[in-house]
Amino acid sequence: MAKLHRYGFYVFAAVMLLLIPALPLRAFWITQLNMIGLYSIASLGLVLLTGVAGLTSFGQAAFVGVGAYTAAFLAAKMGVSPWLTLFIGIALSVVVALVLGAITLRMSGHYLPLATIAWGLALNYTMANMEFLGKYDGLMGVPPITVAGVALTDGKGMYALIWAFALAAALCAMHLLDSRPGRAIRALKSGTTMAEAMGISTFRYKIVVFVLAAVLAAISGWLYAHFQRTVNPSPFGINKGIEYLFMAVLGGVGHVWGAFLGAGVVKLVEDQLQVLLPRLIGTSGNFEVIVFGVLMIVVLKYAPDGLWSFIAKRFPTPPRARDWASAAALPARPKPQRGELLLQVQAVRKEFGGLVAVNDISFDIRAGDIVGLIGPNGAGKSTTFNLITGVLSLTRGAVQFRGQAVGGLPSREIARAGMSRTFQHVKMIPEMTVLENVALGGYLRSANGTLKAMLRLDRAEERALFAEAEAQLTRIGMAHQMHELAGNLALGPQRLMEIARALCTDPALLLLDEPAAGLRHQEKQALANVLRQLKAEGLSILLVEHDMDFVMGLTDRIVVMEFGTRLIEGTPAEVQASPVVRAAYLGTEH
Amino acid sequence: MDFSIAGILALDGATNGAIYALLALATVLVFAVTRIIFIPQGEFVAFGALTLAMFQMGKVPGTVWFLLVMAVAAALSELVNGLKAHQPMARLGRRIAGIVVYPVAISLVAIWAAPLKLPLLVQAALTLALVTPFGSLIYRLAYQSLADASVLVLLIVSVGVHFALVGLGLFFFGAEGFRNPSFWDERFSVGALAFSGQTVIIFLASIALIVALWLFFERSLQGKALRATAVNRLGARLQGISSDSAGTLTFTMAAFFGALSGLLIGPTTTVFYDSGFLIGLKGFVAAVFAGLSSYPQALLGAMLVGLLESFGSFWASAFKEVIVFSSILPVLLWRSLRDPHTEEH
Repeated sequence: MAKLHRYGFYVFAAVMLLLIPALPLRAFWITQLNMIGLYSIASLGLVLLTGVAGLTSFGQAAFVGVGAYTAAFLAAKMGVSPWLTLFIGIALSVVVALVLGAITLRMSGHYLPLATIAWGLALNYTMANMEFLGKYDGLMGVPPITVAGVALTDGKGMYALIWAFALAAALCAMHLLDSRPGRAIRALKSGTTMAEAMGISTFRYKIVVFVLAAVLAAISGWLYAHFQRTVNPSPFGINKGIEYLFMAVLGGVGHVWGAFLGAGVVKLVEDQLQVLLPRLIGTSGNFEVIVFGVLMIVVLKYAPDGLWSFIAKRFPTPPRARDWASAAALPARPKPQRGELLLQVQAVRKEFGGLVAVNDISFDIRAGDIVGLIGPNGAGKSTTFNLITGVLSLTRGAVQFRGQAVGGLPSREIARAGMSRTFQHVKMIPEMTVLENVALGGYLRSANGTLKAMLRLDRAEERALFAEAEAQLTRIGMAHQMHELAGNLALGPQRLMEIARALCTDPALLLLDEPAAGLRHQEKQALANVLRQLKAEGLSILLVEHDMDFVMGLTDRIVVMEFGTRLIEGTPAEVQASPVVRAAYLGTEH
Repeated sequence: MDFSIAGILALDGATNGAIYALLALATVLVFAVTRIIFIPQGEFVAFGALTLAMFQMGKVPGTVWFLLVMAVAAALSELVNGLKAHQPMARLGRRIAGIVVYPVAISLVAIWAAPLKLPLLVQAALTLALVTPFGSLIYRLAYQSLADASVLVLLIVSVGVHFALVGLGLFFFGAEGFRNPSFWDERFSVGALAFSGQTVIIFLASIALIVALWLFFERSLQGKALRATAVNRLGARLQGISSDSAGTLTFTMAAFFGALSGLLIGPTTTVFYDSGFLIGLKGFVAAVFAGLSSYPQALLGAMLVGLLESFGSFWASAFKEVIVFSSILPVLLWRSLRDPHTEEH
């Protein structure tokens, strides 16, 4: 089974590139396979964008059009070499994607698809009305591509080129998804808060993945122009853009091979329907869109993971090979001396409209301490926590961390300064393994980018990341679960995994937001032991907690909050003895 | 360009803008209540205009069969779900009757009335009565069981619905385009500006509908229930407002708005089975202008889209669609600079 996973790609590549060209196939089937290859490249972009990153675009066909028209215009009218037009087409699509992305990707996810609809329509009308692009007739007489002196004039010649590109794209995409930037992209789908807290610029990766999708589309368009030897506006319209999305959804929007399966099924079924439906109905017309539209709804309702998931289920992924035994250590930051002033919270304040959620709270944390932040429900503990970690913006006040003013900085900058946190409601990527989730914490301690990852030049650093992730899982006693999918864990281990992920950032201060909430008694004990051990190792911890027993037995000092204000601060014994605290929790006698 | 041409263009733009406004309001309404970005809103426009055209020719409109097919499909899916959930037969029967009775009744009326060549206004009323039930049927068939899905999934479902409706539109209405007769042939002139009775009707109908919508939200319990759902679905549900009935009602209203827009736009342009998409998207651009959330901004946006279109077609007629759809980009840029952080899960 493991062999199938390792060699599956090469078997498929050998079949597509060596076996099929050797078969005596009719030209019709070569054309079909060429179109499937072209569609696969374009819908692979949508798999990355929609299935992996949780964004979507209806403009994929328009980007294909950018690549195709650039190739056709420059090669047919200007005599530019096709190999040069490829890069010009890619550059143009990158520019467009950067502009569209920069405008829409700071807002909610649905503005990107809306912008791509409008842009796709506008571009299509532009192509159809420009004199120099041949208006509705398009451009003809596109020269063939020449590879090593051989002109690829027929379908068979283009077949090898199209599928070489398609397979290379699939390989690069698979490499990317299993890498540092790939994990960052996979984190986008479940909201930006956790990824930002790990130091990831989610805006940047949204742009990266949108640009990648556009580049894949432009490559598909370039190949298309030289395969058809002519271009016109109709295959780059909004309907085609929706069809690309349909291919990805049908095939399996979360899988690289879903794009290939979807493209194949859609192309073959479309041809059958185009013959069958008009005969059945008695008049000609694009009736296949009815079937596609209904199928799209049915797939999203009953099989949202697409057709490939049924295949993937039969071949479960084997556990990652443990190849990091001798990996180099990741860089570590200088640790603060015990007793050194670590965090100063100075009169921080948060107002939501007229409501003062946090009212001028101040406290300090010294290195090596465990400080608890407690208070009744709605006291503003988690809000204070979010103010310190930069998840929420300060209305007023200041936060100093290791002598650096961090108040008002975005959470990824605060993470860079050495503060790391967990979340009250566990935030993780359920479809990644525990190990991969924890490795996300090492993001800021590593540097490899998207291009290196796609070319597989990132392995040394990847090994170091996994070695660190495993070390942190061992530290909290979870190494035996590292190959499980995070989504399959119970709540207790999920919370521990979040702590391991935070530790993987090599923090100077660890912030835990209600780590014991929802845990069973034994799980709480295990958690308390882990925290005591971390303290013994010299780590400083700020703990927001509800559970009194848990906090009292663990902390050096406690800050009590009520209605957004600081009630008292002191040792656990002082807090326990305080009548004000008792009144806050239990009410006063009348 | 002189003043009179500018006046004509402005009037023309505002007239179309009034129609886009109805579509933009429907889009904002549907998104606010259900989080569905309803791309197929424009399809109702084409259905409305084509249904009236068929009545005008004394034919039974394809809408009738289309509606019956949808009703049967919705009834079947209700039956299957009911049997799976082991619902009592009597209750299941009532629910299915509730879905089927109105479409069947209005279809029978339409079949009876079609050859009689009734007055235009009666035919228009029949058209509205035929197209409006599509809303709730589409909601039931495509969206209901996905009510808790993400905005992204609902959006992809919407393009699926758009595909299916356009294809079915071709099947039931044919590929031929129609232009409807004007509701009011009178012509008026104020100074250099001449305008038709149809223009007056478009403005009056749009204003009346906007006022009715406002009254509905402000004064009626159902309207308030929809507003509550828009603010907080779970909270509204806890107060006994079912998300399903809110969704059904919203889609019914959206279909009514769309069908009415179709009646209004029918006399001004030739409508084909697939014309609705572009018309609806212009309403959409206006709704995006409003951040899919503000009704007054949607009105303003619709007027701007209408004006941009009419002046665009004067200056560069081949590029008027390019101008209208490109205008969404500066709007989005302005939105993103003004209000960058609106994350949704």
